[in-house]
Amino acid sequence: MSEENSLYNPIVMDHFLNPRNMGDLDDADGIGEVGAAACGDIMKISLKIDDNGRISDAKFKTFGCGSAIASSSMATELVKGKTIEEALQLSNKNVVDALGGLPPVKIHCSVLAEEAIKAALDDYLKRHPEMASRVAAAEAAKEKKA
Amino acid sequence: MKRNVYLDCQSSTPVLPEVYEAMLPWFKEYYGNASALHELGVRSRKALNQSRERFAAAIGAERPEDIVFTSCGTEANNLAIKGSVYALEDKGRHIVTTVAEHPSVENSIAFLEKHGFRATRVKVDRFGRVNPADVEAAIEKDTVLIATHYANHDIGTIQPVEEIGEIAERCHIQFFVDCNFSAGWLPLNVNRMKAGLVSLSPHRFYGPKGVGVLWKARRSRLISIINGGIQEENRRSGTENVPAIVGGGVAVERASAEFSARTAHVAELQSRLWNGIRSRIDCVCLNGAPLGENRHPCNLNVSAEFIEGEGQLLLCNASGIAVSSGSSCVSRNLKYSSVLSAIGLDETLAQGNLIFSVGKDNTSEEIDYVIESYAGIVERLRGMSPVWDDYRKGVIQSKISQD
Repeated sequence: MSEENSLYNPIVMDHFLNPRNMGDLDDADGIGEVGAAACGDIMKISLKIDDNGRISDAKFKTFGCGSAIASSSMATELVKGKTIEEALQLSNKNVVDALGGLPPVKIHCSVLAEEAIKAALDDYLKRHPEMASRVAAAEAAKEKKA
Repeated sequence: MKRNVYLDCQSSTPVLPEVYEAMLPWFKEYYGNASALHELGVRSRKALNQSRERFAAAIGAERPEDIVFTSCGTEANNLAIKGSVYALEDKGRHIVTTVAEHPSVENSIAFLEKHGFRATRVKVDRFGRVNPADVEAAIEKDTVLIATHYANHDIGTIQPVEEIGEIAERCHIQFFVDCNFSAGWLPLNVNRMKAGLVSLSPHRFYGPKGVGVLWKARRSRLISIINGGIQEENRRSGTENVPAIVGGGVAVERASAEFSARTAHVAELQSRLWNGIRSRIDCVCLNGAPLGENRHPCNLNVSAEFIEGEGQLLLCNASGIAVSSGSSCVSRNLKYSSVLSAIGLDETLAQGNLIFSVGKDNTSEEIDYVIESYAGIVERLRGMSPVWDDYRKGVIQSKISQD
């Protein structure tokens, strides 16, 4: 299979064929699962978050097409090492850009990856109200500044 | 070791060496327009007529002049449907078809519905087969056309066209049979089908792309839907693609001559592939009719549960295996195959769809390689799938019926 005859660009193909962070975290601090099999995509993201609110590990499991698997792989790479506040800023566009672009009909895969990350963070924040207030306070301060 | 195994023969096939050779002189030496009156023109016209004879002979048609050449199978289907109902407009405005047609049939009819015609789409059973009694029940006073297919493009199910043809004949309704996916692979006789119109697609039986064929019974009414000159006896304007028509003629002759050997070979490979897949992989189902007399011998349409089709297709491709999928992620409109929904297949199984279609040049050794590779691909994708985990933990059940 030559690169120029491939449906996806080499970065997307690399993340599909050699996905990063595939799997589950047994002691995950936050888990998010979004999508529906009937629509062709389900993404599950598991996060390990340390006491300082930093993402120390991220894993994914995905039922979906090549770009869904590549988007989950890239999204987990992008949030690893980030704080909750930073990770909440992750947009689908960040995922698309990091992948070097997706075909227009596949953009929804990156949206799903963003939603899965946010769902995992929400799950964590529900379990950690103290961190939720910290994040909310930081958000409020940022808005005031703006 | 990476191989190259082509299992997408229902999408297209390579041209036979003798087809290629036969086409060559018509590009550079004999380039005359078949409508021209000079020597080169007459030579081209004779070549077209020889092809007409070959196609007529292959489908049991008496009159070669009833063969019309188009640019492709889709155009032949458009011409058959639109050309019939416009020609028969004075008699009525209703069409009977099925819910499992190729887009070139379905969308032609949908177009006509926007222009004042009406259609009834007869249901199919879970194998994709139409009940002729349902066709008869759908006929209205002003029905002018019954349009369906012989073998399904997606799931390979063979329709009871002869029985439908009898109904059409009894009710004096023009009967069109889309044979684009069956010509060359199934016994095809226009008289036994009692058909009024039949379409063929040579690139699906080792002929070239760029030519479609429509046979029209003498009694059938048809008007041209492409306006222009008087080519094809006024039934299809536009300069004929002589090289492709010549190549198609050779291909159809070879298909008839090798018919028994080819069909026996592909049926054996089809069965080897399905038996291999189902013995190696859990939670996989066959879509369409069971292997045998009601199924196209090339087609194997399967769904692997808990994973999606595009990933399967890409990993097959990475292993050098060319296949198709009816999953929504593979289509450009993000809808899964309408045939899979017509047979009532569960949506998640439709998403896990993969279509293997074998051809005369595949070998059993290739099939064994595909079985081995495909089992690994399914395992790999299931290893990434949260739904597979849910199934393994007993959270969800398999949707594949065990009967």
